[in-house]
Amino acid sequence: MMKIEAIIQPSRFESVKEALLEIGIEGMTVIEVRGHGRQKGHTEVYRGREYTVDLLPKVKLELVLPDQMVNRAVEAILKSAKTGKIGDGKIFLTRVEEAIRIRNEERGEGAL
Amino acid sequence: MKRMGILCCGLLTMVLLGVPFLRAQQPPAPATSPTSAGSASSPEVPQAVTDKLKELDQKVAAAQSSADNAWMLVSAALVLMMTGPGLALFYGGLVRQKNVLAIMMQSFALMALITVLWALVGYSLCFGTGQFIGNFEWAFLRGVGATPNADYAATIPQTTFMVYQLMFAIITPALITGATAERMKFSGTVLFMTLWFFVVYAPMAHMVWGKGGFLNASLGGRFPTLDFAGGTVVHITSGVSALVCALYLGKRTGYPKQPMPPHSLVLSFTGACLLWVGWFGFNAGSALASNGLASSAFVATHFGAAAAAIGWSLAEWIKNGRPSALGAISGAVAGLVAITPAAGFVGPRSALAIGFIAGVFCYWMVTRFKAMFGYDDALDAFGVHGAGGTVGALLTGVCARVAINPIFGEGKPVGGLDGHWGQVGNQVVGILFAWVFALVGTIVILKVVDLVTGLRVGEEQEVEGLDITLHGEEGYNLES
Repeated sequence: MMKIEAIIQPSRFESVKEALLEIGIEGMTVIEVRGHGRQKGHTEVYRGREYTVDLLPKVKLELVLPDQMVNRAVEAILKSAKTGKIGDGKIFLTRVEEAIRIRNEERGEGAL
Repeated sequence: MKRMGILCCGLLTMVLLGVPFLRAQQPPAPATSPTSAGSASSPEVPQAVTDKLKELDQKVAAAQSSADNAWMLVSAALVLMMTGPGLALFYGGLVRQKNVLAIMMQSFALMALITVLWALVGYSLCFGTGQFIGNFEWAFLRGVGATPNADYAATIPQTTFMVYQLMFAIITPALITGATAERMKFSGTVLFMTLWFFVVYAPMAHMVWGKGGFLNASLGGRFPTLDFAGGTVVHITSGVSALVCALYLGKRTGYPKQPMPPHSLVLSFTGACLLWVGWFGFNAGSALASNGLASSAFVATHFGAAAAAIGWSLAEWIKNGRPSALGAISGAVAGLVAITPAAGFVGPRSALAIGFIAGVFCYWMVTRFKAMFGYDDALDAFGVHGAGGTVGALLTGVCARVAINPIFGEGKPVGGLDGHWGQVGNQVVGILFAWVFALVGTIVILKVVDLVTGLRVGEEQEVEGLDITLHGEEGYNLES
């Protein structure tokens, strides 16, 4: 089991969700976050005063998948989230030791 | 007024000449002489006709009065709308989220507070007789009723005039709250505004608009200052006092290092548009009648606002590469301020010029001038009202035309464009007077208030926000 954490542009979220649905992934957790990498925010000007807004809104997806699904999911996210500009985000993969479904206490990949 | 007069005369002559026409259905022959019919008092005219004429006279006057009164009541309501919700929204959007209710509450408190002061002695101090301040002839509104006060507005009930002028007294101190925003105590604000109304507003309003006032243009002032709707009385006094307050109070904690962007330009946008509409009551209503002058002032107001919005936006576009919504609405307000003293004196082309100049000038004031001197006029009450009011009052002296408003008598030149450049000098006197008066008065009041209630909230309160610390509530409980 792997956990995929993908931080993406909010504007790409709908197409990422669709791309994941297309390959049969239905469960995901979505968090609205703020942050920046190399993109470094933008400036706003109010009556001549400049403000640098360096934390920009992003969307973070979290999915835990059986190993054989992971590559396809990563590809789907890459394809649908990419605009080619700085600020497109990142994907992190981590190994997950256990998954438990709260309703019936089922364990392992069957719980996903 | 003039047009109404001509209309009435026309009506009367038509009645005098026309009644026999209609009855006889033939050319003038029977009613031999317009001259004999014209002299109503001559013995040949039967009593019934003179009675009828008197009755018609009264009816014409009553018809004019009800038309004027309807417009003036609407104008009064429009001017109140400028403070709440207009200014409250405009300022409310410009502060940070944690102070939105505090600033709105200041405007609203003035709607209540000034109204009570006005009823007690305020109206009398502004519009009683005297050189520097009015007397107590109208104190507690004694004798203020349906009978017009011919010195000010001969065709509307004095009650209407009184309540219309009240709305000006409400918005003027409310404008100052833009400079003290996000750091002044509520108790201090209430005391300051009460004193400011008596020490600065009432004398200034009286000197410019009141009977016998020192700067009055039509009722025997020594330096006739043209101020149609309040360039000196409203905008210079409030704007200059705002600057003094900003300097005296000091900067907001964290200014200018910490970002303090407006929390909702959507609110500000809505407020600015309400101000624009309300300003028709402010300026066109200052004709004090529903006449041609009101229409002229209405048009000048609108044109001034439009040209100023374009002026500010263009300046910003050139300077920053992008025109902003905040810039456009700020420009419109600056134009409305500048056209206020001029509205009833200048034609539409002058209005466009005044507006455009004010838009560019106020842009420079709030972006460059403020940065050069580093004072924290939080919402630019001085940069817009003080600066715009001064430019407007000055240009009024240049652009005022006898053709629009023969305030010094039929055919007598009014402003510089009429050839009467001395008027610019009178305007300068009025402007300087308003500046010095507001400056000195405000310093004295601030000292007093500082001793009695204190002016600034504590730093912790300021950081936490005035909504919670002063009023015990929040503007937005979005998760509840």
